Amino acid sequence: MKLYVQKKNTLSERHVKADRKADAKVPDDLLRKCPQCGLTIVSRQLDCYAQCPQCYYGFRIGARQRLKWLVDEFEEMDNDLQTKDPLSFPGYQSKLKAAQEKTALNDAVLTGVAEIGSYRVALGIMDPGFIMGSLGTVAGEKITRLFEYATKHQLPVIIVTASGGARMQEGIHSLMQMAKISNAVAIHDQAGLLYTVVLTGPTTGGVTASFAMQGDVTLAEPHALVGFAGRRVIEQTMHQKIPDDLQAAENLLKHGFVDAIVKRSDEKAVLKRLLKMGGAMRV
Amino acid sequence: MSEKTAVEIVKAARSEEKITSAEILTQLFSDFIELHGDRNGTDDPAIKGGIADFHGQPVTVIATDRGQTIEERMACHFGCPEPGGYRKSLRLIKQAEKFKRPVFCFVNTPGAYPGQSAEENGQGAAIAQNLLEISQLAIPIITVVFGEGGSGGALALACGDEVWMLENSTYSILSPEGFASILWKDSSRAAEAAEIMQLTPQALKKQGIIEGIIAEPADHQAVIANLDEVLTRELAALQQLTPTELLQRRQQRFRKF
Repeated sequence: MKLYVQKKNTLSERHVKADRKADAKVPDDLLRKCPQCGLTIVSRQLDCYAQCPQCYYGFRIGARQRLKWLVDEFEEMDNDLQTKDPLSFPGYQSKLKAAQEKTALNDAVLTGVAEIGSYRVALGIMDPGFIMGSLGTVAGEKITRLFEYATKHQLPVIIVTASGGARMQEGIHSLMQMAKISNAVAIHDQAGLLYTVVLTGPTTGGVTASFAMQGDVTLAEPHALVGFAGRRVIEQTMHQKIPDDLQAAENLLKHGFVDAIVKRSDEKAVLKRLLKMGGAMRV
Repeated sequence: MSEKTAVEIVKAARSEEKITSAEILTQLFSDFIELHGDRNGTDDPAIKGGIADFHGQPVTVIATDRGQTIEERMACHFGCPEPGGYRKSLRLIKQAEKFKRPVFCFVNTPGAYPGQSAEENGQGAAIAQNLLEISQLAIPIITVVFGEGGSGGALALACGDEVWMLENSTYSILSPEGFASILWKDSSRAAEAAEIMQLTPQALKKQGIIEGIIAEPADHQAVIANLDEVLTRELAALQQLTPTELLQRRQQRFRKF
């Protein structure tokens, strides 16, 4: 019977063939799904803020991309520092090199003096793409120097956080950065200068347990994940599932650890108002 | 002192035979008055604190506690403090500054408690406040790590002027199991992690992370005597400094890392 031969050309067979052809023509990154609200977004339609048009979730972006819309002027500092690799950790040097090439940064934070509106400010932006934005000796030194510079020149500080926590590859030396930075924050604080934190997702571990929670004013981006311990560790400790929104910025707001949730497209304007009323000097 | 491997020291630091904070509080000091509560709604049993008599001198003492009975251990989360514990410690250290009392902290914790309640009550914020405020409190603060010194949960009580460690203790960014799990996705490689992490007193002393190592014989009375000797000597030296010198020295201590 001829019907059997025709089976190879059924509608479903032809459909599969058509799909395979189409697949090659569609770039992998054409569409992105918002992990918060599930909206499918055409990547090209994401603006410079890389935020979901529906729920304002902020996709992870690099420090240099953020710089483009956050400041009017920027002069970079300490971009030549390199780690001494205190544990001589296997494979660390090549991992660093790859991260440096990917982000165009020497380590997980970009620091410098910026102008926002007509205000001069010492600005640090962490990059989640640099070994998870982890805090090691170089990032710690850069942030400490930023606060010291700000104290010396009577400038306010803004830090945009994004970090998986202390950098494991540098062991206890990473932990010491938390105390070192905190000292510098305290001296800046005693000089009566404004320190504003912008929490972005994810901010966790040793960064949450130090300078991310030491600001005079603490802003957070919508739905940013901010916490101390990782979800897996909490669930192992509790022997049960934890609520999805436990470490969401909105939950931190509810518990009193965040002053306001601000979407990326409003950030610059809000920071300008805070600098104006927080005692910053005009350029 | 013994030439133990890192793995052996990790094991010894977690041993059931370890001196407890209860022994330290009652035997190192002739009179200990416990003071409870963070004045913010909680009293965490994993951090004990109060005023004690140290050779005729009033001092503030803070110690992490793992508890004795099963009930106590569960209430203490096996030595993992809640945010309220850190807030209590900060309250007592600020009180110490008011009365110009030196502070001794005794630390043996796997780390700050990683539970849902701790997240909601701001574990990160509580530790961050300790780091921020203790840096500016001008009274001598000496910490002894007497078992595990786990990560930020230990650092929050080890950010003063000096850190000493008992011979069989560790101080690290994370447990060797957690370290191996994060870096190699394999917690069974904990022994390998312990060796590479440089978490032993010897390794930490060499890198200038701690001031010194206190010998730890099996007899707990002898350990108390060794603690007494070191704390008496170190406190006397710190008390020679003016408040400004003390804070500058403390800042320099961390600035070099």
